[in-house]
Amino acid sequence: MNLRSIKKLALMPVIAVCSLAVMTSAAFAQWEPKKPVEFIIMAGTGGGADQMARLMQSIIQKNNFSSQPFIPINKPGGSGAEALRYLQDKSGDDHVVMITLNSFYTTPLQNPDLGVDISTFTPIGRMALDTFLLWVNSDSDINTLDDYVMQVKSKGKDWKMGGTGQGQEDSLLTGMLQNKFGFEVTYVPFPGGGTVAKNLIGKHIDSTVNNPSEQLGFYEAGQSRPLVAFTPDRLEQFPDVPTSAEVGHPDLVYFMQRSINGPPEMSAEAQAYYIDVFSKVFNSEDWQGFCASDGIFCNEWLAGDDLATYHQAEKAKHEELLKGMGLIN
Amino acid sequence: MEILDALLQGFATAITPQNLLLMMLGCVIGLFVGAMPGLGSVNGVAILLPVTFLVPPTAAIIFLAAVYYGAMYGGAISSIMLGIPGASTAVATVFDGRPMAMQGKADFALVAAAVGSFVGGTISVILFTLFAPPLADFALKFGPQEEFALMMLAFATFIGLGGDDIPKTLFSIAIGLVFAAVGLDEISGRPRLIFFDLPGFYHGINFLVLAIGIYGIGEILWTLETSQGEVKVSQASFTAKRVLEAFKKLKQSTLTILSSSFLGYFVGILPAAGATPASLMAYGVAKTMAKDPDSFGKGNIAGVAAPETANNAASTGSMLPMITLGIPGSPTTAILLGGMIIWGLRPGPLLFVNNPEFVWGLIGSLYMANLFTVIINIAFIPLFVSVLKLSFTILAPIIFVLCIVGGYAPTQDMHDVWLIVIFGVVFYLLRKLNYPVAPAVLAIVLGPLTERALRQSLVAERGDVMTFVERPLSATILFLAVLLIVLPAIKMMRHRKKREAAAEQDGL
Repeated sequence: MNLRSIKKLALMPVIAVCSLAVMTSAAFAQWEPKKPVEFIIMAGTGGGADQMARLMQSIIQKNNFSSQPFIPINKPGGSGAEALRYLQDKSGDDHVVMITLNSFYTTPLQNPDLGVDISTFTPIGRMALDTFLLWVNSDSDINTLDDYVMQVKSKGKDWKMGGTGQGQEDSLLTGMLQNKFGFEVTYVPFPGGGTVAKNLIGKHIDSTVNNPSEQLGFYEAGQSRPLVAFTPDRLEQFPDVPTSAEVGHPDLVYFMQRSINGPPEMSAEAQAYYIDVFSKVFNSEDWQGFCASDGIFCNEWLAGDDLATYHQAEKAKHEELLKGMGLIN
Repeated sequence: MEILDALLQGFATAITPQNLLLMMLGCVIGLFVGAMPGLGSVNGVAILLPVTFLVPPTAAIIFLAAVYYGAMYGGAISSIMLGIPGASTAVATVFDGRPMAMQGKADFALVAAAVGSFVGGTISVILFTLFAPPLADFALKFGPQEEFALMMLAFATFIGLGGDDIPKTLFSIAIGLVFAAVGLDEISGRPRLIFFDLPGFYHGINFLVLAIGIYGIGEILWTLETSQGEVKVSQASFTAKRVLEAFKKLKQSTLTILSSSFLGYFVGILPAAGATPASLMAYGVAKTMAKDPDSFGKGNIAGVAAPETANNAASTGSMLPMITLGIPGSPTTAILLGGMIIWGLRPGPLLFVNNPEFVWGLIGSLYMANLFTVIINIAFIPLFVSVLKLSFTILAPIIFVLCIVGGYAPTQDMHDVWLIVIFGVVFYLLRKLNYPVAPAVLAIVLGPLTERALRQSLVAERGDVMTFVERPLSATILFLAVLLIVLPAIKMMRHRKKREAAAEQDGL
């Protein structure tokens, strides 16, 4: 036998299992939750993930996408560690799903003791890619990224950058900026993006890398100023804010994925059911409208195994980032 | 006057038949949600949120705000009648509400709760109406340092709470702080104090678990022991004359109610504080400032009025950062905030400008909801009081079941139910040894908030402790905290001297 046929042979059972899985999932497409579904949010109330979860909940209810309600539950402890551990312990449970932040990757990497392996979780669907901008208080005299870098360099450790927990998205992006420009700031962690935004307006910190939704209210009131968007394209809400590539740093691009995942060993029928529910949410007018108004990318729907592949790639990327910052070995 | 015009417009919005009906419905639902142990305004509002997509946003927020409001009143009912806090905001109400009920003065306590809530709610909605923008600016001035100072103030109000035995009070606070530290570290995410490696400790020890354990289970044990199962509560029938009498009694607490209103409101508008710390602080302040601090915890009407006034004031207060800054001041407002985003409204500094009919409709409805809830509350008092006609041998098992259900409902984890039982027994024993238990409850509420604020401040200032006294606002609050510790100490010494003098006179 040549190598190719061996490969083919080896693939046979895989194909068989896959087609069986497809068949069973089709046959059991009628699976429905028998009680309200716990909708775990791995962050505190008022932040981006929280708002999205509650919006999804309402879209599901309003359009009758599910016979049972989804009940959002916040488990913000320890940069999502509480939520991850909770989901891990719910192994085999068909009535719990979770909306993620990037701490989905970083928290288990930083806490091996937690005993959480995200590759065992059941991937459902990627709902959005949230974007980041660099913000200062509008009373500041900083107007461009160059101004910013100069100011921060002269202030050094006296410059206070606010963000979410250590090792989470905001701090990683801060780390990227530090490595890129060779400055070092004092990073102050807060429980949620909303609180970070408020502390910038109250001048308790000097800059933030908030998501658009967290700052939009203040931005519209003229209280905060975005300097640069860490995205490949300009954002609709901020047509005048240049992208990082436009100011000469195309590598400064960072997204936060918002995906729905189930616990390990969720049944294939339940997985198929949730993929169906959330793809309907994703394609709904309400969801797409929310993405457009809040500066979030919701162009591409990823589900099931595609999402698992994406998770693996993102996990590897975050591992590099964390190593680069010396947060893990 | 511009504000007056807008407010009249708001009243007009609030009293359209649909909105008025929704508001009344919301108040009644809230009342019952609040009265059920384990179900608080958070659950009530979260469960009802999807219902509100059927009506316009203004009607929706009026309905949900009424539920929130009603629940604040309702929490007091089970605190007073059964001795179990109906919601975390009503824990301090148990301290004096329960003893009053045992003395046959449950109706007085309920009137005090209703009237206090009404005054607190009304004062804070007036403050909201007149000073929303400057108050929002004030809330912004609160950085981590100020939050830490505020927490110190809260602890200071409680030093005097344990009575004369300061070492035992400190011990009780320390136990509460240790429990508060259980779970995952807020900043690094590392597990702390996971006893016996039980996964249930990862979400920390919920404050309500401790409170239900102490005041539900512990109280049953205590009552059974002291009464040998024969509790006799003589309750006069509730007549108009009793109401008048209650009002007369309450008049002596006017100052307490007024100061609790302002305190509750200001704590409420600070993001991340909310009504529970507000009610505990109000209780502590009322006791510290009272002429007869010893009578607190034994059925002082001011001890019911203060926390109830403050929690209603704070719940209105927490709507201010929600509307003007888009930041929830309490867990319930976080859900309301989510609702507003779904309804297509963007909370933030421009909401007043962009959606005046929404904001003023809400404010108008708050005035009405206040009036409405106080009326139904007083009307329902005879019904609530009749609970006490049941013999304690019947009541005790019912309370026990409510405690277990109330402990299980929020996290749906048997782990918490076992904790409630263990806490109930342990704190019953501590109480027998004369340890004050209220400071432990306070510590578990404020512990995490304090820790976070302290660590944020120190990280931001790179370990410089002087930051707390260098910032004028935080220095002022810390100064007040020091005063609050020193004042009762002096008072206590005088009191002791007086007592000794009296004892000498009696020739004892």
